[in-house]
Formats: sequence, C-alpha cells, structure tokens
Amino acid sequence: MRYFHYLKISLPLIIFLFLGYFLWRGLDIDPTVVPSALLNQKTPEFNLLSLENPHIRLSNKIFLGHVSLLNVWATWCATCADEYPVLMQIHSENSIALYGLDYKDNRQTALNWISKFGNPYQAIGFDKTGNTAINWGVYGTPETFVIDKNSIIRYKVIGPITMNIWQKKLLPLINNLERN
Amino acid sequence: MKIIKFMVLLGLLCIACSSLADNKELYVFHNPLNQARFTTLTDKLRCLVCQNQNLAESNAPLAADLRSQIAKMINAGEPNNAIINYLVSRYGEYILYDPPFIKSTWILWLAPFVLLVLGLSILFVVIVIDNRKVNNLAENSPGISPAISKAEQEQIKNVLAQMEELR
Repeated sequence: MRYFHYLKISLPLIIFLFLGYFLWRGLDIDPTVVPSALLNQKTPEFNLLSLENPHIRLSNKIFLGHVSLLNVWATWCATCADEYPVLMQIHSENSIALYGLDYKDNRQTALNWISKFGNPYQAIGFDKTGNTAINWGVYGTPETFVIDKNSIIRYKVIGPITMNIWQKKLLPLINNLERN
Repeated sequence: MKIIKFMVLLGLLCIACSSLADNKELYVFHNPLNQARFTTLTDKLRCLVCQNQNLAESNAPLAADLRSQIAKMINAGEPNNAIINYLVSRYGEYILYDPPFIKSTWILWLAPFVLLVLGLSILFVVIVIDNRKVNNLAENSPGISPAISKAEQEQIKNVLAQMEELR
C-alpha cells in the first residue's frame, strides 16, 4: 500500500495546483460583468430624438440593412472619455455605421462635447430619461452593441472599446456578419 | 457621571436613527398592499451597479430609475410576475438574488452537498483504516504486546478483589 502513502503526501500539492489554476484564471475574470440578456434577439425599442437636430426622430429602422454599432455614452462618464479617441479612430478607418445613445446627459453639454472632440457617430439618439437604455439592459456606460443586418443583437461590449477588443473581437465579428 | 451617561445614550440614539435619514425618493402608494409589494420587490432585486446591494438600498442612479419603473408598473396594476419578467428580460437572471437551478448553476447549488458527502466519506475511510491498524498491531505483532497483557489483567483483578475483601 505504498502508493497510498505517496497519495497522502502529494494531496496538499495537488489541491494547491488545482486551486492555484482556478485562482490564476480568476485574475482575468471581472465578476461584475453582467452578460446581455438580449443576445440573439431583435433590438428593443429605439425611439429617440436626434441629439443634434431635435426635429429628427430616430427609430429601429436605422439598424436595418447593414451591420451597426450602438455605443451608449455620456459626457459625465470618465471612461467614455477614454474610449472616445478609439471611436474616432474606428470612425476614420472604417465605414461601419456607428450610432450613439447619449445616456441621461445634458443636451448642450453633449453638443459642446462633439463640437470640441469630434463626432464619430452617424446619428446620436438623446435618451434624457434613460428609459430607452433600460430597454436595452444598459447598467453602466460605456456599453456597445453589435447589431446585424436584420436588427438582431449579436454581441455586447461592456466597458470601453479598446483597439485590442476592436481588432480581436469586433472586426472579425463585423466582417462575418457583413458576409452573411 | 449622570451627564456623561446621558450624553452617551443620546449619541447612540442619534446613530441608531441615522439609518432612517434616507436620501431616497419616497414612493407613496394609496394602497397599502402596493406599498408592501414595492418593498418586497425592491428588497428582492439586485442593483446591477452596486451589485452587493438590493434596489431598495442602492444609491446608484440606475437603481433610482428602476425603483421609479417598478413603482410605475405597480400603480399601473401590473402583477409581480410581469414586473420581474420585465426586468429579467432586459437584465438577465442576475438581477434576481436567487440563482436559477439550470445546467450552468448545477455546480453552484450541488457543490456544498457533494463536498459534504465527500468529506464524510474520507473521514469514515480514515477512521476505519486507523481502527484496522490498531487491531492489526495488537493481534499480529507477537513481539509487541498490548498495553496490558492477559496475565497482568488477571493480577490486577486479584489485587482489586483482595482490596474489596479488606474493606
């Protein structure tokens, strides 16, 4: 029964390696991320006045016929400020339809923002009350939805888009969705 | 001394009452049943921003928005189920504190019981093996005698009997 003895001695080491592996994996996992409940479903109601021109009304029709990105942002959100240059770069290098949802913001402040920092968005919906964002399951800005040609939500980025995320996750997905 | 005692008590009372100094919006329902429903629902649902608080406690703006939405739906006559469905369809099961018993949460639910059974079995096996070891030691090692040999046990019995007689 010698092997039994070796097993008892090595058990703490085995447990340590087992735990260590999962804790190591856990370093990269953000437990506060809530995955979207809307994946693979049709886009929820999107009925907002345009930020820039309050006489124009935007609806879900803007998502039909092409792959779109909907970026939820606000001027009071510091992380959105970090993300903004990435959005500007994406806008200048791609012809993707990037829409904005201005979340619980001040209209004038937002207009000042885009005139100062540039406007990467094809159109911006102004969600003053935040009710539209609730329909989309938004719980923290910035968040970005990837929507396919048939207005189905295919992916959601929680947190700012980085160039890394764009190149590794979003670009391949968008190319895939555009082909089908 | 009495003054000090009084001040301490007053201070404690103030601290205790501070929990009532809530800065949250007050929802008043004409129907006390609706009031109770509002309290129950906001107690049972998680705030997704401050994820260790429920919607009743959280100061996050999203929590305030969702409280307002829940109050609106209660006043519109929506049943609890409809309100919960509304939130779960937008935010997922995570907004409920109770994780559902589905394939992805089997490990979460069953692991404690499995580990308990595993632990008890290991304990049982270890005790049995130890018992066997002690028995083996006593019976199979002629060179090593048990703590008290049969002869010595007899001697002790005799001495004790003699002491009894002498009483």
